[in-house]
Amino acid sequence: MAPGREERPGGGGTRRLSAASLEERLDEVLFAAQSRRTTTDLARNLADLPRVQQDMVLHWTEVATQTYAEVAWLLPKLAPRAVGLLDAEHFGTWVLSALDAYDRVGAREAMQTLRAVEAYAASLERVAVAVDFGQEEMRLSRLLQGLSGRPLGLRAGVSAWTDTETLYLPARMDLLPTADENRRLYKATTALLWAQTRHGTFGSADLDLESALSRFPDRERALEWLAVLEAVRLEAVIADELPGLAAEIQALRGPWPDALMPLVPRLHRPDATLADSLALLEHCADTEAPALPHCGRLDPAAALAVRSERIARDIQVLRKALAVMKAAGCMKPGGDEEPLVTAQGAGDAPAQVKIEGDLQALPPEGRAAARSLVQDLGEIPPECLVPAGPGLYDPEARPRQAEEKDEPVPPPACDYRYDEWDYHRHAYRKLWCHLYEHEVREGDSNYVPEVKQRYAGLIAQIRRRFEALRGETRMLGRQPDGEEIDVDAQVEARSDRKSGVEPSSRLFCRRVRHDRSLAAMFMVDMSGSTRGWINDAEREALVMLCEALESLGDAYAIYGFSGWTRTRCDIYRIKDFGQAYDERVKQRIAAIEAKDYTRMGVAVRHLTAILLQQPARHRLLITLSDGRPDDFGDEYRGQYGIEDTRRALQEAHAQGVRGYCVTLDRHGADYLRHMYGPAGYTVLDDVKKLPLKVADIYRRLAT
Amino acid sequence: MTDIIATLAPQLEHLEKEPYYHPIGDEVALFEAAYARRLPVLLKGPTGCGKTRFVEYMAWRLKRPLATVACHDDLTTADLIGRYLIVGDETVWVDGPLTAAVRAGAICYLDEIVEARKDTTVVIHPLADSRRLLAVDKRGELLSAPDDFMLVISYNPGYQSVLKEIKPSTRQRFVALDFDYPEPAVEAAIVAREGGVDADTARRLVKLAELTRNLKGAGLDEGASTRLLVHAGQLIGAGVAPATACTAAVARALSDDPDMTGSLDDLVHAVF
Repeated sequence: MAPGREERPGGGGTRRLSAASLEERLDEVLFAAQSRRTTTDLARNLADLPRVQQDMVLHWTEVATQTYAEVAWLLPKLAPRAVGLLDAEHFGTWVLSALDAYDRVGAREAMQTLRAVEAYAASLERVAVAVDFGQEEMRLSRLLQGLSGRPLGLRAGVSAWTDTETLYLPARMDLLPTADENRRLYKATTALLWAQTRHGTFGSADLDLESALSRFPDRERALEWLAVLEAVRLEAVIADELPGLAAEIQALRGPWPDALMPLVPRLHRPDATLADSLALLEHCADTEAPALPHCGRLDPAAALAVRSERIARDIQVLRKALAVMKAAGCMKPGGDEEPLVTAQGAGDAPAQVKIEGDLQALPPEGRAAARSLVQDLGEIPPECLVPAGPGLYDPEARPRQAEEKDEPVPPPACDYRYDEWDYHRHAYRKLWCHLYEHEVREGDSNYVPEVKQRYAGLIAQIRRRFEALRGETRMLGRQPDGEEIDVDAQVEARSDRKSGVEPSSRLFCRRVRHDRSLAAMFMVDMSGSTRGWINDAEREALVMLCEALESLGDAYAIYGFSGWTRTRCDIYRIKDFGQAYDERVKQRIAAIEAKDYTRMGVAVRHLTAILLQQPARHRLLITLSDGRPDDFGDEYRGQYGIEDTRRALQEAHAQGVRGYCVTLDRHGADYLRHMYGPAGYTVLDDVKKLPLKVADIYRRLAT
Repeated sequence: MTDIIATLAPQLEHLEKEPYYHPIGDEVALFEAAYARRLPVLLKGPTGCGKTRFVEYMAWRLKRPLATVACHDDLTTADLIGRYLIVGDETVWVDGPLTAAVRAGAICYLDEIVEARKDTTVVIHPLADSRRLLAVDKRGELLSAPDDFMLVISYNPGYQSVLKEIKPSTRQRFVALDFDYPEPAVEAAIVAREGGVDADTARRLVKLAELTRNLKGAGLDEGASTRLLVHAGQLIGAGVAPATACTAAVARALSDDPDMTGSLDDLVHAVF
């Protein structure tokens, strides 16, 4: 390009565009001819800008035209002012924010946004240093978890405060001049709020905060002061345990304000408590409280409500735990008088209770409740150490005795007890289901041979197909090391040596196993609804499966399940993992019969537990069923049962057990997907296909 | 020839100097009683809480040589019992560490037994019950363990993996001793002694460990072990700034996840 000659705009050159060519270009972009407006002034406006900025303005003007022409006309006018305030990136975001305002609100708003370029630039400066709660949440919540004590929630709010169970932090922190400092401020505030809940800002067993505050006529000011005084006191507490964190807080807050200086020594004494803060409050509550960036505000009303509710709950849990220990025989049976119970344990972690002179470890939930009580009250009130009686209100259970009256009297002792998931409550009902494991009595010894005869062709086919999948052990010869000497290699080496050739050092055999390492559990629905065809199909399907799995060599077990309410969940053992597929197993398959109801969750939990004992790399839990989870007379029918089963399957999954369901319920697609996931089930439309399909399904799953 | 075999044979460790071990409960008495009654011992506990050091200490205390095997999933029976090797022109039998320990009346310590293959662990069964026998099949030999032989195994029950479980048939042959991280004061004493740091630094290191242990299950599989604290202490003793030492020896050792190491750094800076 010849020097002095002007470049075409957008041509990628570096020379500044003249007013004339800018005008030409703007006319093009803004369709000036149609709007009968002239771009001469606009072009003159841009003529002095460097070429890069000229191109930038032209580019964004073109972008703006696509949305709203007026914005595009305004842009070149404001551009000289804007480029002085914004860099290239923010110039773009400025235009986009105007276009965004047009989309959201309208033309007026868009023009205003664009004109307010100074305000936009100023907000950018703040944005650069502001830190969002969302960015920091993960880190802060881990910090909180690391700091000991009761678990605390973390949430964004308007200001920083805590109700003793959740810490609320401002959604955005931009008080301090740099982002890093704002980040630290989040941390310091979190630490202080944590310390408030951990070290008695909301009172103890013998200090009631609310009544102490009632002495002050100006409650708002008293609270402001108290927050500040507590911040001073708690900083010393933090410094004792976490000096690094305290140093960080100190650096953030700077030196104490003058008003606080005389008060600091008393609050920094190692034995200072809330009482000291309250005593000092008497002297200063009539002046203006100094401001500390991290101290947040106090809301004793909200905090004390949450606190007293929690204390009541903890006392119940603790007393219940003691009652369970008593019932479990930890306490000696004796007269009517209550056993002597005293808490043991140094400082704030009473892990044991002394019952009639014997030390007993509390169960985990009892220990957590005890710890929480000590944190709230400074001690465990003596009335909590009385075990709960039978009539005690149970926070775990809703009133439902009326329904349960119809239940059959439970047999004396069950084999296992399992938790059940209550989706209403979003919690487990502890040890809710009573499970009994039965052996199926042997049935007709001719049944299996008959089935095998009937399906002889299919079985031969299945066997062939499955044999091909079987893993084998191979001996690899001529290895550098291994269990055995490779005689061939050894002979060769000797002859090599004799003839003066360097012998190979690969003289060993090594056994390599292609291990499938898979354990499969078949969970067969034995509910009343399977009576008839379905039961026959299930049994035939099991015969097919056994034939297939025998040729494959996978470890497998077969259990049936049924039941009648939560107090009688039955599991029928048909084939154990350790058992061979022998005459007795065959007779038990023959004896599978329809029984009662389908309480599925507990069966999944029990069979998962059995499956987990298998030393296999992959574990499969396959359910053969004809319908949704269901049980007699209580809410298990419907969503409750589906949610509990889903939960049980999730638990199984977390332990490495993959669930799969083969069902005959054609309407099952809606809930099965919810329970097993999209790829976790097969619906067969015809009962008769079950025996033919089930081996195939297994092959698909297990290879 | 004998020289070659000597270099191939497993070395039994003869502990001359007392290894430092701080008893936490009655584990020393229990171990001694088990030794006196010729019962095998299983040590359970999280990584780095002092299981191996305890075995070393007990070997020293009971004046027995010690054979330690770190188990792994490729550990075969031959690795424990022994194998034929070809030396020069002949085949030579070389005892594995287990056989050597049985012959010498030593303590054999199988560390992290769950890592070993299941078919390998069963060879210890006859040794671990009243028979106290070791079959060396390849030589047609049946060794009866002398009275001063002792079998010790360890594992970490905290592993999430369902594959890494100890079989009940193995587990039920052993007297089980539970190990955990010691009480803060005791742990601080251990860290001060082993890491060579002053009491205040040790106390802070233990505090840091406590903070990280609270994170177990929330992204961390395990909190900082006593061993990590000792490492951090040693770095501090070598002149590294405490926060830097903890970042390297604790935070980075616990996790690779950048978010998690960031959180761990926060904890480090909270303490130092």
